[in-house]
Amino acid sequence: MARMKFLCDADRCIECNACVTACKNEHEVPWGINRRRVVTINDGQPGERSVSMACMHCTDAPCAAVCPVNCFFTTADGVVLHSKDLCIGCGYCFYACPFGAPQYPRVGNFGSRGKMDKCTFCAGGPDPANTPANYAQYGTNRLAEGKLPLCAEMCSTKSLLAGDGDIIAKIYKERVAKRGYGSGAWGWKTAYRETIAG
Amino acid sequence: MTLHTRIRTILGVFAIALAVAFVTPAAAQSVNPQQQSVKEDQLLQKLNQISGRCTLPNQTACTIETPANREWRDFHQVTLRWIAAISILGVLVALVVFYLTRGMVKIEAGRSGRTVTRFNAMERFVHWMTATCFIILALSGLNITFGKALLLPIMSPEAFTAISQWGKYFHNYLSFPFTIGVVLIFLMWIGGNIPNKTDVEWLKRGGGIIGNDHPPAYRFNGGQKLIYWIVVLGGAAVAITGYILMFPYYGTSTGGVQLAQIIHGIVAALFIAAMLGHIYIGSIGMEGAFEAMGSGEVDVNWAKEHHKLWLEEEMGKGNSRAKAQPAE
Repeated sequence: MARMKFLCDADRCIECNACVTACKNEHEVPWGINRRRVVTINDGQPGERSVSMACMHCTDAPCAAVCPVNCFFTTADGVVLHSKDLCIGCGYCFYACPFGAPQYPRVGNFGSRGKMDKCTFCAGGPDPANTPANYAQYGTNRLAEGKLPLCAEMCSTKSLLAGDGDIIAKIYKERVAKRGYGSGAWGWKTAYRETIAG
Repeated sequence: MTLHTRIRTILGVFAIALAVAFVTPAAAQSVNPQQQSVKEDQLLQKLNQISGRCTLPNQTACTIETPANREWRDFHQVTLRWIAAISILGVLVALVVFYLTRGMVKIEAGRSGRTVTRFNAMERFVHWMTATCFIILALSGLNITFGKALLLPIMSPEAFTAISQWGKYFHNYLSFPFTIGVVLIFLMWIGGNIPNKTDVEWLKRGGGIIGNDHPPAYRFNGGQKLIYWIVVLGGAAVAITGYILMFPYYGTSTGGVQLAQIIHGIVAALFIAAMLGHIYIGSIGMEGAFEAMGSGEVDVNWAKEHHKLWLEEEMGKGNSRAKAQPAE
């Protein structure tokens, strides 16, 4: 089985936000919740870089470890998913997440923050079927249809790569070798405890 | 110089200028555009996190990487569990051993049949309101730390989520009466709880529970003063950190919320352990003690043995609060 990963080639990202828009539209993500966002570092200065970031689907995911109701699970593809039926909206996964991926309908924690929402790697929820009920909770399960995450598929500069970790790492290495530079695979060290030579 | 050579010279100059114009960008291309660009490792070394500009209303989303957030997991999953388990189980075991060896501390002189008012209705109401909230807060809090290890294996995930969800509602809502109770306890009993020389003497003689001594005490003895300050200071700590957790990101970052959870968890665990001792002495640990918070009336002989100086004060007041019960 493939180990699914994201890789954002920051030297290619032009901050067009197509990935953000594609994600919101594909899954009809509610207002105020962003499964993916693009952040520009050192904006307006020489050497600025933009990075598209979402849930990195960590190895040994910290969100899953701290969840008090064990609502997380990792699929055979290495995708970290969770059950919204079991989530109690405590916010602990957000505190443990190094990438700020978990999102909630409400900011305040009084009562409940509401069911947590995050990037599913376009793999839906616990039930893989593409039913209207599952769609309302988790969005489309594109992986079940043999498709990769839409954010990466729609990336205009092919900066954002999604797929088998070994394959996207190979593509990135080839790019770095050909053009002679690369700012590295952002977040890989934190998420997967590995780096790709840049 | 002929016109022909002039044209040749001009053309030559143009050719050189053109060659230079084309060569220059070609040379620039070999410059590494990466040299100036921001790098993940450098940013992380400098700030421990990576933030930038984003166009979302939720500005916490502009931070894309904070590796240190992973560290809190170890506290929540390992450290806190050890602290809570050792302190709470440790106190429980100690109490069982103590009860088996010492047994219930009896009123040595037996019951006199006469009582004196120890806590009025208001005091008892505040005590039991705070106590009821505390027990539910403690159980729902322990569920967040230990529930998935102890309860989840014996029930369906749906049932456990239902329990945890309700526990969370209770934990949030009961924090308000609990906080009010702690404030009232602080104001109500501060007068009798300032540590003084009597307490040093009382502690030296092991209080009323260790050994068979009855060192004199005013309304609150050294042990009760300790419980008072644990409730006031511990209660304040869990209330403040609890409200930070309940309203995160109003003036705190994720690091601040994590710190609040660390303090909340440790203080709450020690608080529960201390309250187990309090519940023990107030119930099966000592004869005649429960009545103080039950009916509010304690036996005069009990007061004489445990709060001699307070009883003398009460008697000296001349108010007929010490009342005789019908003889027959």
